[in-house]
Amino acid sequence: MEELRELYQQIILEHYRNPRNFGELPEATHRAEGHNPLCGDRLEVALRIEEGRITEIRFRGSGCAISQASASVMTTLVKGKTMAEAEALCERFQRIVTGKEPPNSELDLLDAFAGVREFPSRVKCATLGWHTLRAALQQVPETVTTE
Amino acid sequence: MTNPSLLASVTVPEEVVAAWRADFPILHRTVYGKPLVYLDNAATTQKPRVVIETLQHFYSELNSNVHRGVYYLSEQATELYEDARRTVQRFIGAASPQEIVFVRGTTEAINLVAHCMARTRLRAGLEILLTQMEHHSNIVPWQLAAEQTGARLRVIPITASGELKLDHEDELFTERTALLAVVHVSNSLGTINPVRELIGKAHEYGIPVLVDGAQAVAHLPVNIQELDCDFYAFSGHKVYGPTGIGVLYAKRYWLEEFPPYQGGGDMIRSVTFERTLYNEVPYKFEAGTPNIAGAIGLKAALEYVQSLGLERIAAHEQQLLAYATEQLESIPGVRIIGTARHKASIVSFTVEGIHPHDLGTIADREGIAIRVGHHCTQPVMDFFGIPATARASFALYNTPEEIDRLVAAVQKAIELFRG
Repeated sequence: MEELRELYQQIILEHYRNPRNFGELPEATHRAEGHNPLCGDRLEVALRIEEGRITEIRFRGSGCAISQASASVMTTLVKGKTMAEAEALCERFQRIVTGKEPPNSELDLLDAFAGVREFPSRVKCATLGWHTLRAALQQVPETVTTE
Repeated sequence: MTNPSLLASVTVPEEVVAAWRADFPILHRTVYGKPLVYLDNAATTQKPRVVIETLQHFYSELNSNVHRGVYYLSEQATELYEDARRTVQRFIGAASPQEIVFVRGTTEAINLVAHCMARTRLRAGLEILLTQMEHHSNIVPWQLAAEQTGARLRVIPITASGELKLDHEDELFTERTALLAVVHVSNSLGTINPVRELIGKAHEYGIPVLVDGAQAVAHLPVNIQELDCDFYAFSGHKVYGPTGIGVLYAKRYWLEEFPPYQGGGDMIRSVTFERTLYNEVPYKFEAGTPNIAGAIGLKAALEYVQSLGLERIAAHEQQLLAYATEQLESIPGVRIIGTARHKASIVSFTVEGIHPHDLGTIADREGIAIRVGHHCTQPVMDFFGIPATARASFALYNTPEEIDRLVAAVQKAIELFRG
């Protein structure tokens, strides 16, 4: 149960129930769709980028608590960041959920996902939103998958 | 065919089920410190000791190739391999062992038929009749065949309870229908389809029928001659046998009419660069060295099932199904997907506010293996407007206590998510 509580932290469940920046962004300049073929989760990330900075971000889709909460947290963290800063966050998140970077001593939102490392089959759920963000930043026109 | 709901009145004593369980070594292991509860039998079943030992014996004592050796080992292996074919024939009540083609599994069996139908029968203007509850492996091969030939797919819809919608039965079959491909037991809904009636009806119009029996043969008695289907496909690993071995039953005249599916050794009589003479059926369809150990292991599995008695197994599983349905339904927020009148031991369900994937992870930490996802039946999920379900599927060795543990895990998930 300890590991499960570690995975399903209150902050994650809270974001799952009340996702931030959820919905359509008609004025988007960049968008991408992500798909996890394992569980069928799909989500869309839409960005408005002005002078190299993410001024607005929204996501849409449905999926498990981990993928939805992760996407929600991602939107709150990258909003206002430059494209390069967002890329760096993507990389850091990937390292945290795969256990390549120990959780930070100062509690931040990314560290809430450190519990995922104990659940290898769920890493793809956690990274779906971030992969999709990256695809949007790079304007990859096709649906990206976590495979 | 035996009515499964009648079987539910038969009780298999606890000590008998305990003895069955003892035949399966893997059921004695723990997962995350808890006794394994294996409820993903629709994906694959566990193997009884006799199957494991048969494989080991074959590789330690008899390993050799079949149909070509003049020496002792090869003669023995050939005899066992052909014996396995006769065991399969008897198990499904086919008329002749020559109608039994060994393949890798249900998927390859269906691909073989689709490929050969495309080469012989299908053409533009004709239709392949499927149902909305087919597994992807009984959809995609037909899409490939349709692409190749210009034939079209037509789909029999399903009802809210997960049964085939057959109220316009007379409109189903037309002069354009080239074939009906239908699942015997749905892997995501558990529905047992009235295949015998459908086959009878299709044959009135001269339409051949393929039955996907992947989820059927381990759970209900199947008699091919009673069904009178043209093709029947199933996998060994879902009936307590090894992976990588499966069966295509086909009426002999189809096997005679069909061109070879793959070319290679064993399927030929003579080869020159000008012309090849094909071997007789069923060898014409078994190119290359077959899965010899797999076939012999399958024989051991089918004999094991027969020794327990499929009627008794089915009776036990029907009781598990009824108990699991009742227990899961009593949890607020649980919705059972697939409530057909005749069901095999499969319970698909969703829990309000919890994605099946999360449920699967929480159950896993309790040592419980269930399947979560779309179960390779996306059209079924689309019909019910859900992305996925959690699925518990039972086999002969499952017990009511294991269902209690699943129910407790679901309650734990609810507590974790809402707490």
